[in-house]
Amino acid sequence: MIEFFGFLLSGVTVGFVYALVGIGFTVIYNSSGIINFSQGEFVMAGGMSTVFLLKAGLPLGVSFILAILITSMIGIVLYKLIAFSKNSSQISLIILTLGFAIFLRGLAEVVFDKELHTMPSFVGDGAFDMFGTVLTYQSILIMIVSIVIVVALYLFFKKTKTGQAMMAASINVDAAKLMGINIKKILMINFALSAAIASIGGVLLTPITSTNYEVGIMLGLKGFAAAIIGGLGSPFGAVAGGLVLGILESLIAGYVSSEYKDAVAFVALLAILFFMPGGIFGNTKAQRV
Amino acid sequence: MFKRYNINRDILTLSAILIIVPFFFQNDFYYEIAIVSLLNSLICIGLNMLMGYAGQVSLGHGAFAGLGGYIAVILSSNYGITPIFGIFIAVVTMSIFAFIVSKPILRLKGHYLAMATLGVGIIISIVLNVEDELTGGSDGMSVDSFTVFGYEFSSSLQWYVLCAILLVFTIWMFTNLINSPFGRVLRSIEGSEKAANSVGINVSHYKSIVFVLSVVIATIAGSLYAFFSGFISPSEASFSHSIELVVMVVLGGLGRIYGAVIGAVILTILPQLLTSFEDYQTLIYGAIIIFVMIFMPKGIASVYEDVRGRLFASNK
Repeated sequence: MIEFFGFLLSGVTVGFVYALVGIGFTVIYNSSGIINFSQGEFVMAGGMSTVFLLKAGLPLGVSFILAILITSMIGIVLYKLIAFSKNSSQISLIILTLGFAIFLRGLAEVVFDKELHTMPSFVGDGAFDMFGTVLTYQSILIMIVSIVIVVALYLFFKKTKTGQAMMAASINVDAAKLMGINIKKILMINFALSAAIASIGGVLLTPITSTNYEVGIMLGLKGFAAAIIGGLGSPFGAVAGGLVLGILESLIAGYVSSEYKDAVAFVALLAILFFMPGGIFGNTKAQRV
Repeated sequence: MFKRYNINRDILTLSAILIIVPFFFQNDFYYEIAIVSLLNSLICIGLNMLMGYAGQVSLGHGAFAGLGGYIAVILSSNYGITPIFGIFIAVVTMSIFAFIVSKPILRLKGHYLAMATLGVGIIISIVLNVEDELTGGSDGMSVDSFTVFGYEFSSSLQWYVLCAILLVFTIWMFTNLINSPFGRVLRSIEGSEKAANSVGINVSHYKSIVFVLSVVIATIAGSLYAFFSGFISPSEASFSHSIELVVMVVLGGLGRIYGAVIGAVILTILPQLLTSFEDYQTLIYGAIIIFVMIFMPKGIASVYEDVRGRLFASNK
């Protein structure tokens, strides 16, 4: 039983990071209908930037904020590229974001390096005893930050004018335009926001799993699996999907086979797509293109 | 006679190019790149039929090619089956696999289809990595030489001729298929599945056939690649290989027969040219993909067609 709680807690911790990546996908998908395959690279950019800013001698807080800003800028660059391409074909947009992901990986190789990096935990290496197992401060931090982000996003979309405009734009672009909403600006904010959320996930995860220039591939795909499992288009779905995925992965790694841990996300993804295409929370149909 | 069998000018041009090009090869390395280009072209022709003509995205074809290759190689290296029969069994196995997978997967559309094929692909590549007793794990396994009824393929020229003939033959079949009623059905599915359904076309059936066909071509090319290089590793079945293939097709031009070939050749040669940039290789590779997608969203073949169209227009 103690073992079980241990797996559960580590699953929840990683699950929250998947959730953050999944929310990033959702924010861009809702506003533009684009699946951004460079979302994982945003996570990598956040983690790697923080590590190297720390190495450059900046204090942790400053590095953290700078890393988020850098990643948001990268998000805006991606938006500018997409806006500039002006082609509506879904497949070429997918390829564009894939190309951008490769570009970012190459950039990280050049600007940073190919080594594996880690960094000290923000809140020290301490841990609580819980159900006979330990819960590290870093895990608690991840959970708290993730929950704060989700609540903040909810309030942002419901209560602020910009947030409401973004919601309106995601429901009906033409109607939003007629209401005088600046769609271009809204989309740009969405891309920056999505990148910022992903980079926070990357920074939080680095002390636990360490990072390198390739870490974004798997994280991005699992974040996407989380978004689909929860129901693409729903931020709360992404959180639920992330948690389900994190816990499932951790339990399978613990009890069945650690080698097949990475396959869990994709088996779950296929199961959801085949049998429950709307996801756990989604109301969209899988047929929606 | 030419018209009837559709041996058109394009196929003759391609054959001529394939015959002339080896005279410029300075060493085996050139052959190697050419052979890999030809095999990639093969996979891309099948993938293009699925994506460009039937409108179904697949981010898993690298994995299908890799798995097919593994089946052929394991049968011939571990169980003493002749390579050609190994490939045959691989083709049959992969057809059945593709058919079973195609039924639930091809009901999905757009992003969901892309993610589902990606999921299947990644699961395949994880299995190939983990089951190391059978596959040699991430280190890969060495492959016996390729013989067909006692005739051994050992020199690069032999391989080049084999792959070139296979490519021309596949394109010839493909051209005929696309211009047949079958091809018109595919285009109607790409245009609108609902409309195709309403005129009595069994859409799901046709989509499955194309999917199986593209997997069969990928299996053959994947197996040949393993026998040619004498080595196979899970990286053949990796996510990045699948992506590479899709990029080849889109870069060359979706729904254009020679687009797949152009894309495959360019993207096979490009990394070789970029090796001199060392660390900047990935960066430049990504930048080129972005550039092409922004300025030539319909692919390089469309640019060629535009130019040709203008030339012919000015002749009139």
